[in-house]
Amino acid sequence: MKKHYLTFTPYCIWIFLFILTPTFVVLIFAFLNENSNFTLENFLNIKNYFGVILKSLGYTTAATSLCFFLAYPISYFASKIKSNMFKKIFIIAISLPMWTNLLLRTYSWMTILENNGILNNILKSLNLSPLKIMNTPIAVIIVMAYDFLPFMIIPIYNSICKIDENLIQAGEDLGANNFKIFKLIILPLSMPGILSGFSIVFVSCACCFFIPRLLGGGFNVLIGELIESQFMGSVYNPWFGSAISIFFMLLIILIIKITQKFNKTETENLTI
Amino acid sequence: MKNFKHIIELKNISISFNKEVILENFNIKIKSGKFVTLLGPSGCGKSTILKIIAGLLKPDSGETIFNGENITNLPPYKRNINTVFQRYALFSHLNVFENIAFGLKIKNLPKDEIKERVLNILKTVNLKGFEKRKPFQLSGGQQQRVAIARALVNRPKLLLLDEPLSALDVNLKQEMQFELKEMQQNLNTTFVYVTHDQEEALTMSDFVVVMNEGEIQQIGTPQEIYNEPQNAFVADFIGQSNILNGTMVKDYRISFANEVFECVDKGFEKNQPVDLVIRPEDILIVPEGEGKFNGVVDTIVFKGAHFELEILARNIYWLVHTTKYYEKGKKVGLNFSPDDIHIMPKLFEQSTNIIKAVAVDEQTISFLDVEFKTNEFKLKANSKVKLIIPPKSISLVSTDSADLVLTLDSIIYKGSYNEMYFYYEDEDENDGYILVNSEYEEEVGTKLGLKFNFNEVKILN
Amino acid sequence: MYNVSSKIVSKMSFAFIFLFLYIPIFIVIIFACNSSKSRCVFESFTLKWFSELFKDKIILEAFFNSLILALISAIIATVIGTLAALKITKLKKSKQNIFTGLNYIPIINSDVITGVSLMLFLKFFLNIFNKDFGFTTALIAHITITMPYVVLFVMPKIKQIEPNTLNAALDLGCSPNMLFFKIILPNIAPSIVGAFMMAFAISFDDFTISYFTVGDSFQTLPVLIYSMVRRRITPKINALFAIIFILVILILILINILNINSNKSKEI
Repeated sequence: MKKHYLTFTPYCIWIFLFILTPTFVVLIFAFLNENSNFTLENFLNIKNYFGVILKSLGYTTAATSLCFFLAYPISYFASKIKSNMFKKIFIIAISLPMWTNLLLRTYSWMTILENNGILNNILKSLNLSPLKIMNTPIAVIIVMAYDFLPFMIIPIYNSICKIDENLIQAGEDLGANNFKIFKLIILPLSMPGILSGFSIVFVSCACCFFIPRLLGGGFNVLIGELIESQFMGSVYNPWFGSAISIFFMLLIILIIKITQKFNKTETENLTI
Repeated sequence: MKNFKHIIELKNISISFNKEVILENFNIKIKSGKFVTLLGPSGCGKSTILKIIAGLLKPDSGETIFNGENITNLPPYKRNINTVFQRYALFSHLNVFENIAFGLKIKNLPKDEIKERVLNILKTVNLKGFEKRKPFQLSGGQQQRVAIARALVNRPKLLLLDEPLSALDVNLKQEMQFELKEMQQNLNTTFVYVTHDQEEALTMSDFVVVMNEGEIQQIGTPQEIYNEPQNAFVADFIGQSNILNGTMVKDYRISFANEVFECVDKGFEKNQPVDLVIRPEDILIVPEGEGKFNGVVDTIVFKGAHFELEILARNIYWLVHTTKYYEKGKKVGLNFSPDDIHIMPKLFEQSTNIIKAVAVDEQTISFLDVEFKTNEFKLKANSKVKLIIPPKSISLVSTDSADLVLTLDSIIYKGSYNEMYFYYEDEDENDGYILVNSEYEEEVGTKLGLKFNFNEVKILN
Repeated sequence: MYNVSSKIVSKMSFAFIFLFLYIPIFIVIIFACNSSKSRCVFESFTLKWFSELFKDKIILEAFFNSLILALISAIIATVIGTLAALKITKLKKSKQNIFTGLNYIPIINSDVITGVSLMLFLKFFLNIFNKDFGFTTALIAHITITMPYVVLFVMPKIKQIEPNTLNAALDLGCSPNMLFFKIILPNIAPSIVGAFMMAFAISFDDFTISYFTVGDSFQTLPVLIYSMVRRRITPKINALFAIIFILVILILILINILNINSNKSKEI
């Protein structure tokens, strides 16, 4: 038995030293000013950035929703194909982009959406008027949804695949049409996958600082970029950066708790 | 190694999990070279006994003697005993050959010998040519054979089998039963087999040990167990029967169904209440008026080899097996001979409920957290009284509207009603059973609500 | 239930999503073979960027930095994480919940926040020892973010091992000390390999955490790419991307062929 504790210690030390303590350091920094005195100033300062926070939430919600509407139909149709070979290939094909460099994929979108980019070149050759997407919120939202799409598809696909085929047949047997089966059986039963996809994508989008920086044209500062600039940029204010990090951490925990609660009541309703 | 008459002996074994006593002072001796089956309902402690013999569980107290040697403190991997586990427990990462060779490789036997022994045992279990397959590529029956081969290849003195056939379908089960018995006879190894399936136990075993709630109810050959059950539990568990309440009027005379009949048993006290069993195949259907008594066919069901009838006679539903068809509603006579009546001492001696109670005030009586008012008596406060509660005055209700909630301990169908015993524990360590006669059928171990009809309760000072 | 119109919708949605997912990737690869440096006008086909890639010391150094960092951090994370998972599954339910909760912190936390908190904390230590950010700090950070995934990935497989299989091994003479090597390790080996690959991939592609913890002296590939993206990426990076992408596909195909082959041989 003792031997097992020995093998367990590195993990415990690691968790304590590099996960708990850094979080704690951020918490302390959030309550300090540059002279290392206690202050609440940093937290009060957050309200000046309310616009940024609201804008971040707006962008993120839009991107996550877009991601969902792209992900659900394909997950649903893919789940209908039962062959094991297909399942394997589907999962690999969907997750393959995740194994390639995120920055380069983002960069590739810059080349597509630029004013003189590939999309507009194609439009031009078709004698259509060019679109101005680059450096607008739309570009940021599209690329956010693109970058994290696999994280939405895979949990949803898995949860739909898990639905017992007998339930759907029972639904048909009881006279439900395709739409009703979808609404009453498939959608509620795939809720756990939807929610886990939503929370992963939401959190990833919310704090991704380079997408808005590269595609948002510099004037669309979002919360991830705000945090980053407090630590790495010319503003250098790690105390305020810590405060806003803590604030955002709490916001994320809140969102996850809400989705978990929602998830629980969903499944509870189903078991009754 | 010297061969002892008893290969395994458990002495005063006690064990409990989470404060729940599973076995208390349990003793058993198992003869060498026999096929012995531990038979009982789930939770009766039979698998626990197997795990104690294998060494996978350590008893709280008591000794395990294996071939004359005390092995109580020997870990499982040093015992020359092997087990065939429930659901086989094959190593999914190894193929059939590697699975079977596992034990031999650990003993560091030479490669040639391992190969020879594995191939031999594969022949014995009819799996030649399956060496390279992985467990998931085998059918249930084949996995079963691998599990048996994996244990037998080590040439254990004792093979333990923990419900090995429970996951197989009926036909395969029967085939495997014969094969197992044959293997046991050819190898001359002791098999200790655990099951809850009485048919399995009766077909294969030299001896059957019937168990209930950690206690041995009866040990005997399958014939003895079937023909001479020692109590109503055994009779009930070993197959469908007519179990009835009776009274021994005197030697060779028993009263049941409102009449005194001749029987072959003696040695009971005069007028002692007993249980009796008549097997359904021992009852003959004769024309009306020519039997011991007359009845009416209530239901008839075809069971493949015979018909199963329920005949209502003298307010008792008699279960009868026959090869002839009788119409529902037909009037018939029932006949049986004296040696078809098997008489057993009662499982529980009580035939009614006598419970200690306390008078709270002049008209209120309290027992087992139940209080009720009575007008019959003027009672002294705090005086002790006894209550006689007839079994039929208690009804089963849902737990939220009950006077008392207790756990069902035993249930036996007595021809027209179920005889149920509920275990209770009182504050002053007064524990006992409450007997209820009810038409409802419930499962042992469930918590049920009891409601008393206090008008029928008698109060004794 | 599966009629013609829904078949068409189904096919269209497959086509749309896969085009959406892969067009940007193929654009990167196509422009690796573009003779001009333009990032959106394709002039003519060439492979010169591939040969020039192997002459570019900065890119190659960043690539090998990333490779070594990913390899070492994935090995350490896999070893520590697997050992921890073995222990956590044995704990009581309440303690198990505490550890899985702690384990989730870096997964749920956004990379930016994990990055800045590690940076603040490490800076404090670096100041004491008078050192600067570099390989060691990056290694610590990468292990921190990949280890929880290893635990999460290996734990279910450990839980799947039926207790009776362990009992069976003991029964057949296997001592408790050998149980790990004879039964547990062979059973969880596939997920350990999977966890390692995942840890490697996360570390190799990580930009955000590295951005905060590598400093100036040590550059990983994603950090180098970020410094280029804002101006203009040299097609040499496209070429490197194409090589890595093709390698990943080849590895995936290889793994699956091996799987299929071993499955076939089982089916005699």
